Formats: sequence, C-alpha cells, structure tokens
Amino acid sequence: MQVRRLIARAVVPLVATAGLVACNSGDSAKVDPAGVVSIQIAEPQHLLPTNTNDASGVQVITALFEPLVNYDAEFKPVPDAAESIESKDHKVWTIKLKPGYTFHNGEKVTVDNYIDAWNYGAYGPNGQNNGYFFSRIDGYADTQSEKDPDGDGPEKAPAPKAKTMSGLKKIDDLTMQVTLSEPFTEFETILGYTAFVPLPKAAFSSPGVINEDYESAPIGQGPFQMNGKWEHDAKVEVAKYDAFPGTKPKVGGVEFRIYLQPSAAYADVLSDNLDVIPQIPTESIATASDDLGDRFERSSASQFQFLAFPTYDPEFKSPEVRKAISMAIDRDEIVRSVFKGSQQSARSFVSPVVAGYRENTCGEACEYNPGKAKTLYTSNNGPAKLELSYNADGPHKDWIDATCNQLQANLGVECTTVPEAKIADLLTKVQKHDKVGIFRLGWTMDYPSMESYLGPLYATTGSSNYYGYSNPAFDKLVKEGSAAATPEESIKKYQDAEDILAKDLPVIPLRFAQNNYGYSTRVRNVVVNLFSQIDLNQIEVLS
Amino acid sequence: MARYIIRRLLQMVVTFIGTTFVVYALMFANQNDPIQALAGDRPVSDNVRQVLTEQYHLNDPFLVQYGYYMRGLLTGDFGKTLTGRPIGDIMVDAWPNTIKLALLALLFATLFGITAGLVAGLRRGTVFDNSTLALTLLVVGLPIIVLAPVAQLIFGVKLGWFPTTAGARPSLYGLILPALVLGAASTATVLRLTRASVAENVRADYVRTARAKGLSARRVVAVHVLRNSMIPVITLIGVDLGNLMAGAIVTEGVFNIPGVGSKLLQGIQTEDGPLVVGFVSVLVVVFLVTNLLVDLLYAVLDPRIRYE
Repeated sequence: MQVRRLIARAVVPLVATAGLVACNSGDSAKVDPAGVVSIQIAEPQHLLPTNTNDASGVQVITALFEPLVNYDAEFKPVPDAAESIESKDHKVWTIKLKPGYTFHNGEKVTVDNYIDAWNYGAYGPNGQNNGYFFSRIDGYADTQSEKDPDGDGPEKAPAPKAKTMSGLKKIDDLTMQVTLSEPFTEFETILGYTAFVPLPKAAFSSPGVINEDYESAPIGQGPFQMNGKWEHDAKVEVAKYDAFPGTKPKVGGVEFRIYLQPSAAYADVLSDNLDVIPQIPTESIATASDDLGDRFERSSASQFQFLAFPTYDPEFKSPEVRKAISMAIDRDEIVRSVFKGSQQSARSFVSPVVAGYRENTCGEACEYNPGKAKTLYTSNNGPAKLELSYNADGPHKDWIDATCNQLQANLGVECTTVPEAKIADLLTKVQKHDKVGIFRLGWTMDYPSMESYLGPLYATTGSSNYYGYSNPAFDKLVKEGSAAATPEESIKKYQDAEDILAKDLPVIPLRFAQNNYGYSTRVRNVVVNLFSQIDLNQIEVLS
Repeated sequence: MARYIIRRLLQMVVTFIGTTFVVYALMFANQNDPIQALAGDRPVSDNVRQVLTEQYHLNDPFLVQYGYYMRGLLTGDFGKTLTGRPIGDIMVDAWPNTIKLALLALLFATLFGITAGLVAGLRRGTVFDNSTLALTLLVVGLPIIVLAPVAQLIFGVKLGWFPTTAGARPSLYGLILPALVLGAASTATVLRLTRASVAENVRADYVRTARAKGLSARRVVAVHVLRNSMIPVITLIGVDLGNLMAGAIVTEGVFNIPGVGSKLLQGIQTEDGPLVVGFVSVLVVVFLVTNLLVDLLYAVLDPRIRYE
C-alpha cells in the first residue's frame, strides 16, 4: 500500500509538468504585466557601475540603469538614452541626451551626471575596475597615479595631476562634448557598456567621493528601481520604475536571487521555484533537453577559448608547426564529448556576437586533418614533446586532457598536461618566459567590436598579448581600423588584420562559449543578449 | 570542579591565539595574488591592483599584516573582504544558518542513531539489526557529494516533498532535507557506536546484578545500560558538532544555504586571509567549548569520573 502510494505521487507531478509545457508554446497564455520574475545570479562583487565587471553585478546594473546605446540584431549600436552621438572627425564627439529621463529619486538626468560618473571611474586612486574604459578620452592619463617612487615601499604614490578628464565638456544640460586623445571610429559602440551610465548627485557625499550607502541601494535612471536593499548572499529585488521614458519592460519587477552554485539554481528551475538560469552547468547540459524541453535554449556568447603559443620559444617559432598542431585537433569531437554541445567550435578569431564576424577565417589551419597535420609537423621539425599548460582553478582539465590525447595520437608526439594552480601563476610564468609549452587562455570582449578581439590580444603593445607576437602590418591595420572614416571601413580593416592572424597563427582558436539557458513554466520570451545578460525588456510572466 | 573549569578556560585562550596565528600563517603562505583570484580570468589593471594592494596591506610582511589584523580584532573589527564588505556582517548572516543546520542535523543524528542503535544492540542478529547495519554501511560508503544532489533530485525536484533549495533565509521546513543529508554520516556512526556499546554493556556484571535485583527491563535498559553506553557516543557527538559546521560545504552549496562552510570555501578561493581566520576563530571557540562540555558530561554519566 505504502509503496503504491509513493509511485502514484511520483508520477503525478511529472504528468502535470508535461501538460504545462504543451500549453506554454501557444500565444493563448495570458501575460501578467505585474508579475515578478526571478533570475539566478551569483553574489555580485560590486554594484557601482564603474566598478562592476562581474556578470552578476552587470545583470543587476542593466536593470537599474539605461545605457547610452543599445545594439540591433546585427550588433550595430543604436542610440538609447542618447538622442544622437555624432562626430565629424571621430576625435571630437557630441552626445545629445534624450529629454525626460529622471533618476529613481526624482533628480533630472543631465550631462553633469555623466561627467561626474565618468570622472569618478577614471580617477586612478578610486581603483575602479572599469576605469580603463575611459582611457581613450583626452586627459585620462593625467587622472592616473604616477608610478610609486619606491615600488612597494611605504611611500604613497603621488596624487595624479588632475581629478577630472579634460576631454569631457558640458555644452548645455542635455549636450556634452567628448574629446578623445586620438580618433576612434567605433566610440559609439563602447558607450553601450555599463561603465558609461550616469550617477545621480545623491551618489556622491562630496565631489568625487561616493556615498558609503549608495552601493547597497543604487539609484539609477533605468527601467527598474531598487526595491529594498541589496541583501548580500540572498537577493537583490527591483521593481518597475513608472517614470521611465524609454521602452517599458513587460514585467512588474525582478528578483535577482543569489546562488552559491548554478546546480542548485538548476534544480530550482526544474521545480519551478526559480524562473531563469542564465547558464546551465555543464554537468546538466546533457539532460537539459529532456528536463526542460523547449524551455532550454542556446545562443552565442562572446567568450573565446584558444590555445596560445609562446612564439618567443624557438620550438614554436614556425607558423607551420603551429598550423600542424591546430590541424591535429578535432574541435567538434571535443565539443561533443567533453562539452556535451554546450560550446561551439571556433574557426575564427572574433566571436559571432560582433559586427564584422565571418565564419571560418582560420581556413585550412582549423580543419581537422590528422594525416596532413602529421606530414606538416614532421617536415617542419616540430618538437618531439608537447606540453599543455592550464589553470586548474577553472573547468579546463577534461578538455585539455582530450586535446593532449588527440595531439599525441595524431602527431605521434609525447604530450603532457601541466596544471597551474591559478591563471595568475600561469601568466606570471609566461611573462618571465619560463618554459610552459602551449597554454590555454580565454577572452571576453570589453565591447562588441572586432577591435576588442584584436588590439588587446595581438597588437605589439596589447595589454593581454602574452605570446610575444608582433607584426607591424597587423598593428598598422588595427590602428587604421580604429581611425577609419566610417564604421564599415573600420570593419574592413579589422577583417584584413584578422586574415593576417590566420596566416601567422600566434594562437589557435578552439571554441566560442554559448549561453545555455533554461527557464520555468511561468515565463516566456526569455532572450539572452550579446553580453550574456537576460534581456529584461522582453521577458514576460504568464498569469 | 570550578578550579578545573577555570584551568580549562585559561588553556582555551592560549589555544585560541595559537590557532588563529597558525591559520593566518597558512593563509599567508598560500596567498600569491588575491586580487587576481577575485577577478578570475579577467586581467586586472595596474591601477586597481595598486589601490587594493595599498588598502589591504597586501605587500607588507607577514607580521605586519597579522598585526593589522589582530589590532582590528581587538577593537571588534574583523576587517573587510577584497570587495569591501565588512567580514563582521558576513558572520552575522552566515553563522545563524550554519548553527541551525548543524544543530538540526545533530538532532536527527542523535534521535535516529541512538534509538535505532539501542534497539539493534538489544536485539542482535534480528532482521532489524542486520538491515540497519547494511543501511549504515551504504550511507557511510556514499560520499555526501553524491548523497546531497540525489536527495535533492528525488525528494525536492521529483517528489516535491521538500523545497528544492533552502535559500539565504531558510525556513525550518526548508532545512529538514539538508539537515538529514548533512547528518546522514553522523547518524550512521552514532548508530553503530551505540549498538556496539550497548551490546557490550548488556553483558556486563552490573546489568546482571540489576536484573537479579528484580528491576523492570525498561529501567535496566534506560538507566543502567543506556547511561553507561552513552560515554563514547557523547564524545563522538561533541566532535561532530564542529565538523558539521565546518564541513557543510557540499550541503550548503547544493541546497544554497550561505553559511560557514561556503564562506570558508569562498575565503580560500579568493585567498582572503581575514575572512578565513575570522570564521576559523569562531569555529575554534565552538570546538573548545563543546570539548569542555563533553568532558563535563562524562562526570554526569559516570559517577566514577571526578574532576579536580
């Protein structure tokens, strides 16, 4: 008797959810405009726009603030909180704001709010994570701290020359002029990032000093306002802001629920206790289709995984050797077996979420061809022993092992994997030119432009160029692209630069990340944007 | 008795200072770049690095850092995490969750473990005895990393008897399943220990004497057998309380309860010395106090034990 009752209980909920899925696909379901949707995040590191660069924090910021620009279906910028963003020479930009925007405390939004926020973000001693986003603005250099005279010694670094950037100028309440230190055609593209939102007067306790309590309940000018305070490790709740002049969201509010682990959030989505999980953990991907049916969706994300070569090492000097190694890797197989399809194979150097992306720019080098790879490898005296270094604090061991096995099998070489405790350890070794062999790196764009995938990674002076790659022709094209007459011409130059990479192969593309998201039976129209954030303007709650 | 307690309390102070120092030293030795650890894969700009390094004295020698920390501690300031959140606030949020969870787990372990252990010990070789032994073997053999998600899937997602996750402000109902999972291993050990202990004492001379005096079977078991059998079990439970608090990392993660275990893990991952030491020092106090309580309970249980 007892047993029979158990079985009956177990079956009923399953049948019930199956029924719900069926009626979810129709448009007949009613939408509840006052409904509150719950979205999983991790504990944000910060909730101050100029300091927030972790995915969870950014997700909350996008609810509270409206960016100057947004992006269309082709990832081209379109003005949002801005009326227009124009420039004749791409050096001096005029930004006009749309009238009618107010902060959640009633303050009218003027360009002063932008100028104050940006200056705060750029000012070196504030140590803002997104400070470098302002580095193209004229006068940024003067707001940075000088190098510490005695290194790490007790003496404090001298204060920067200027507290504000000379390139920001107020024309009138809704117009500002931004002068860049050198022309940058795609400046408008950058402005869609959360670092460029305004801060109200109430955020500052005195000029240039942020109010201590501001971060626990940030006041923005976006579609939602804070509902209560940021409850650490628990949740951040926001409610629709009625005086918002832009596109109104279709939900009454959002509860960003904080989870220690995505697997717990996934279990909650399965039992309808949580509405949206932006990234289903890899271990559940295989069963996600069965668990969620068409409530499991995928879209392209900006993260780019690749293997980098220490090009300063004579063993890897020859591009032919690098090409052979690339051709010996069966990307699709690794995506299938290790990642269960949660990522996609990469055969280009820029991600599909930027304008100007082309498929398969890497050409023959990224085609799996073990026979040809081996011939090429031996004829160019590739090293007899290969090492793959990775950081063990990330989820890399499995795919590195698989890659290593493929190299061993297809090139007939000995391949060993070398775990480093942390990415920082690995990069320190690389910078000291220690022998690390081939090493893995990942890259996430700063802003949706090809430049973000080219300049920092491969330019001779690139901030994340760890492989000693330097090609004057490449540098020249990227520079020309940044200052081209139109965004279209920029893209043209960048594509030429990318073609050089395909020949030189300082790194070999492996995979682009995907957003593998799932949602409950309570919501629909769940869309993830190019920054891998849930689009809060489109999501709807079913009543 | 009083002198004994005072002596133990004085020993505690020394132990406490010693352990915090050792843990801080270990964290310091393990620390290579907390700023990068916080940022994960993202590159950190020199500017941010410089500001944080100065703010948190990350480049100072060990003793200076420890000095700063202890100075703060004496004024009741536990310091701040690298993201600028006061560690004291984190403690206030995390401790109640973990205490609730651990006590509930201990309650289940004691309740089920001692009851079933007593029955099994009195009726050795019966079906009940054998099946509980098999069950405990299974539970002890299953690592919690398997047990927790499976329990969540069966009882939370599929059957819907319990909430799938408990959350940051857990209800008592939401804590039942995690507590059962967390206490499972303890339950099994308590059960086996109680059974062995009871089985041994049932044959003891004083039990035969008690029976010969004509005492009722219930009184023999409850007062004579059980009281004596509890000594090793109490020791185990005392040690377990601390273990349950510190070792709830997996359970807390699976059921999304931000408590001590998950905060310790976070502190270790982000190489946050003050965060780890803060929690460990409280844990040390918990361990020390439960140890003292256990020792005092011996005297209550066994009149032959006296403290001077």
